[in-house]
Amino acid sequence: MTDSEPILKIEHLTTRFHTDRGVVQAVDDVSLELFAGETLGIVGESGCGKTVTSKSVMRLLPTHLSSFGAESRIEYRGMNLLGLSENQMRDIRGNQIAMIFQEPMTALNPVFTVGWQLDEALKYHTSLNRRERFDRSLEMLRMVDMPNPTRRLKEYPHQLSGGMRQRVMIAIALCCEPDILIADEPTTALDVTIQAQILRLMNDLKKRIGTAIVLITHDLGVVAQICDRVAVMYAGRVVEMATVHDLFHRPQHPYTRALLDSIPINDATHHGQRLPAIEGIVPSLFELPQGCRFHDRCKFCEDECRQTEPDLETTGSQQSVRCHFPLSELRS
Amino acid sequence: MTFLEVKDLVKHFPKHGGFLNRVIAKVHAVNGVSFEINRGEIVGVVGESGCGKSTLGRVMVRLLEPTAGQVLFEGEDISQYDHRQMMPFRRRMQIIFQDPNSSLNPRMTVGAMLREAIRFHQIVPHSGQADYVESLLAKVGLHSDDKDKFPHEFSGGQRQRIGIARALAVKPEFIVADEPVSALDVSIQAQVLNLLVDLKDEFSLTMLFVSHDLRVVDHFCDRMLVMYLGHIVEELDCKQSGQAALHPYTKALLGANPIIDPDQRHELTLLEGDVPSPYDPPHGCPFTSRCPLVEPRCREEMPPLVEHTDRHRVACWLVEPSADAS
Repeated sequence: MTDSEPILKIEHLTTRFHTDRGVVQAVDDVSLELFAGETLGIVGESGCGKTVTSKSVMRLLPTHLSSFGAESRIEYRGMNLLGLSENQMRDIRGNQIAMIFQEPMTALNPVFTVGWQLDEALKYHTSLNRRERFDRSLEMLRMVDMPNPTRRLKEYPHQLSGGMRQRVMIAIALCCEPDILIADEPTTALDVTIQAQILRLMNDLKKRIGTAIVLITHDLGVVAQICDRVAVMYAGRVVEMATVHDLFHRPQHPYTRALLDSIPINDATHHGQRLPAIEGIVPSLFELPQGCRFHDRCKFCEDECRQTEPDLETTGSQQSVRCHFPLSELRS
Repeated sequence: MTFLEVKDLVKHFPKHGGFLNRVIAKVHAVNGVSFEINRGEIVGVVGESGCGKSTLGRVMVRLLEPTAGQVLFEGEDISQYDHRQMMPFRRRMQIIFQDPNSSLNPRMTVGAMLREAIRFHQIVPHSGQADYVESLLAKVGLHSDDKDKFPHEFSGGQRQRIGIARALAVKPEFIVADEPVSALDVSIQAQVLNLLVDLKDEFSLTMLFVSHDLRVVDHFCDRMLVMYLGHIVEELDCKQSGQAALHPYTKALLGANPIIDPDQRHELTLLEGDVPSPYDPPHGCPFTSRCPLVEPRCREEMPPLVEHTDRHRVACWLVEPSADAS
């Protein structure tokens, strides 16, 4: 995996928003690589910049309110996505890079049928005729295990359950067999039993089509189940980057460690015990602390942390961490 | 005497429609539910969306009127009490809502919100009000200056703390916590859960903790009720829920929870399909349409919720009641 060229290369991505209160950097110098066929997780709490990163790749941010840093590059097949025109971007979106969203009810158009919405993507991106597009739509719904696919094609989003809507979203996203699928909290709005169905579906489809997935989530359980590599974000920065095994067994950033610790453990010894919570709250992007952005909540904070911000440094073969004093001991 | 007892509680919501806007269907949100809560216990209610868990909590504190059944508060049936009779009970039972943004009045300062409840129920004399408000804020981890701020000036976690302070202001004995941490980030969720544990001990509260997050309920509660389409399908002790669960639905819920370890990637237990529409629940056991073990008998008759072992009740034809109370 490491030797081949990444299919998506995000370099020094900085995304700024121009608000009434001034300019904020929602994403600050983020570099990520995505390799063919892998699932990359981006984890973090609300406001850490994970969704803005994905929307920057898709160029879905409002252009009059946002801008990218001068150094920023998002490289896909030799093209810098940030330099493309809106028309060029439209050919890529949904065709080569597709996205699914957290709330499928707002992402689907309520006044068109499921069939119409699948057909629209195919009409725009392929040269199939009507008959072929219909067959392809049906095939896609079958592929996402939709019950009664022929009937569903004629139905409207409100007639479907949450899980089925998310299946439709996935069908639309995958109908042009994209190289990259960006899934932004795809299961957050769903019940656990439906979440399990969707996660299995995404895993199956990844194997069948070979699409690389960027999975954005705040749920470490979901990450543990389907990601290969993980980037942890905090206040606009990537603070740790590792394989999923290393991240869960050898987290080096105190924030990653604290996130893992704050998940309740369900066994008799831990039952009813206080959780090791992270004190304080995520800093506002308008008033970022000096030094390490996590320092005021960090248990291991030292003077150096308050003064200078650490760089993202490589510590292992596939692990890098943004911390002056990375943790080394094993997680018990 | 049992602190709280719920007997055959039913809540139906009518659906209006058609030309004359008549009742054309009924949602059986809570469908004959019985259980007890002892003083000092935290009882969790889990289930997927639409299973009736929030409705149950709201009917218990009479934010919704029950269609049938009884709610006994220290032996007193409050289910039919009128406004005036309910008044003392309104103080004794409080509710914390999921979404602190919509449950706090945006035009009232935190202090005004707390004082309103305190004044209404005459918790402390007027002269002691200011001190009492400050002590409440301190208890939930807020600063005393925060009393002059409006809800929008706080973060989500802090707003939930305000919601908790408001519930505690009237010195209640019983609290319904309706998804109190679901809207919060993981790190804040742990803070608020810890706060609830501390306050529970300090105020010797009894709690009904409604949540869709089995992991949180399992960790935090003493007992849990698993609901499916308005029925309790299993009631079990949380200390050993992993091994003790017997109902196929409880097992499926536990199995669908992702394990926080990439080396233990397993095939998550899969339930096919969705929860059936509560307008048209399946005949017999409500779980028949998704149950992997379904038998003809399940489709004919609803299994009763029977005691399996001590404090462990299951509603499933396939689970034999056992004699030993291990």
